[in-house]
Amino acid sequence: MAFFSATIFASGIEKKVDNQKDGGQINTNSEVKAYIEHHLKDSHDFALFSYTSDQGERKHVGFPLPVILWTSKGLVTFMSSEFHHNDDGHVVVEKGGLKFAKIHSKIYELDNGAATVSFDETHHATNAHKTLDFSITKSVVGILLAGLLIFLGFSKLAKQYKTRKIPKGISRVLEPLVLYVRDEIAKPNIGEKKYRKFMPFLLTVFFFIWLLNLLGLTPLGFNVTGQIAVTVCLALLTMIIYITNGSKDFWAHTLWMPGVPYILRPVLAVIELVGFIIIKPFSLLVRLFANITAGHFVVMSLIALMITMKEAFGPVASTGMSLVLALFIMVIEILVAFLQAFIFTMLSSLFIGMAVEEHEHH
Amino acid sequence: METLLNDFSPGLFFMQLIILIILIVLLGKFAWKPILNSLEERETGIEDALQAAENARKEMQNLNADNERLLKEARAERDAMMKEAREISDKLIADAKEDAKEVTTKLIENAQASIQQEKQAALAEIKKSVAELSIGIAESVIKKELSNKKDQLDLVEGILKDVTLN
Repeated sequence: MAFFSATIFASGIEKKVDNQKDGGQINTNSEVKAYIEHHLKDSHDFALFSYTSDQGERKHVGFPLPVILWTSKGLVTFMSSEFHHNDDGHVVVEKGGLKFAKIHSKIYELDNGAATVSFDETHHATNAHKTLDFSITKSVVGILLAGLLIFLGFSKLAKQYKTRKIPKGISRVLEPLVLYVRDEIAKPNIGEKKYRKFMPFLLTVFFFIWLLNLLGLTPLGFNVTGQIAVTVCLALLTMIIYITNGSKDFWAHTLWMPGVPYILRPVLAVIELVGFIIIKPFSLLVRLFANITAGHFVVMSLIALMITMKEAFGPVASTGMSLVLALFIMVIEILVAFLQAFIFTMLSSLFIGMAVEEHEHH
Repeated sequence: METLLNDFSPGLFFMQLIILIILIVLLGKFAWKPILNSLEERETGIEDALQAAENARKEMQNLNADNERLLKEARAERDAMMKEAREISDKLIADAKEDAKEVTTKLIENAQASIQQEKQAALAEIKKSVAELSIGIAESVIKKELSNKKDQLDLVEGILKDVTLN
């Protein structure tokens, strides 16, 4: 977001180099939309901001990240700086006898013999295909950063208990959060007897999502929990956990519902199975993804009001309006960051609770 | 939906999966387990302490009740003892009084008896002295009577003057 706003302030500079589509001036609605979409996506560079120098050159401030690809000829690695911040396939990198181009934050491997990427009329590459991309992208950096912060914070808390009964410092803030997850989320949904086993997963997921949501609101501009791959992974883990921990009663009720006419039982079994295996995880992953993406989209759109409303209201009014609205939405987003982490963990423990529940009698 | 699928990056999914699983395992071992254990330990500790305090309070109450009971018993015993002592002293005094009375009456009786005896003895002695005197007088009278009647009378008078009734 800092990148985004810095670019907007930089748009006052009249000189513009037109060899790149992203960066430089953004004035029309469609440019704003493309810009936002670009910044919702994962990125192979860690860009902090960019500006146009007095010589009319685009300068990018940030650092490159390693690109790791599994291609038709095996593993290929290089630094993302080799793409020179190009995102529309015009810069072709040659490595290990293969050619690569980056189009809309995806790395494509060019087909044999092709020297440049050719596009069809819907701007799809015709002579290149996607590779398996295990790069340390900006999102992976975010995940690692969040993991590191969580690990440092909570291992410190764990260490403090060895010497004192009540932790001090930052750990004093973390302790009630752990208690909150345990007493308000895990215990009521899973039950006193069985919650203990699932605490590592629930606590990790809760703090992971919350911290990444918050990191997404910082000017570092992470959008990790708005990456569908990340939410799919989280939801899939939840599903695996409640499917593998399903009690006998759970499977009996799911597959052969008692107290229902025999003809209906297979139908119900299919519905229940689809519910547990597809619908519930899907609702989890889409809720998180959509909320965070929408939040980022709204904040960036409100910042963009500065440009889109400049003609109608003048620069001062449009900037003021954008500032007030964006600030307001930011505050809400901070709440949403917690709320989504809470909801994800809550629903996960609810589903786990459903699966491990044992009925006294039928 | 198509853009969603297009946005899905298998590589990122894979990285996230590996990092998350490692994170869960590491945190589980180094953070969550010790934290939850310590929290539980602390909670049971607090619960035990509260229970102990409650027990102590109850014990204190019991002790108080015991103390009160003991105090009451002691008081009752003291009362009983005092009563007994008073009875004994009363009896002692009464006995002593009786004894004294007895002794004095006996003493008085004895005294009276000895007085009576002395009196008898004195009377007897007086009687004897009177008799002897009478006899003496009579003898002297008889001796002088024969010479002179006037001398006789003087003699009697002189003798009588000498003998004072003592």
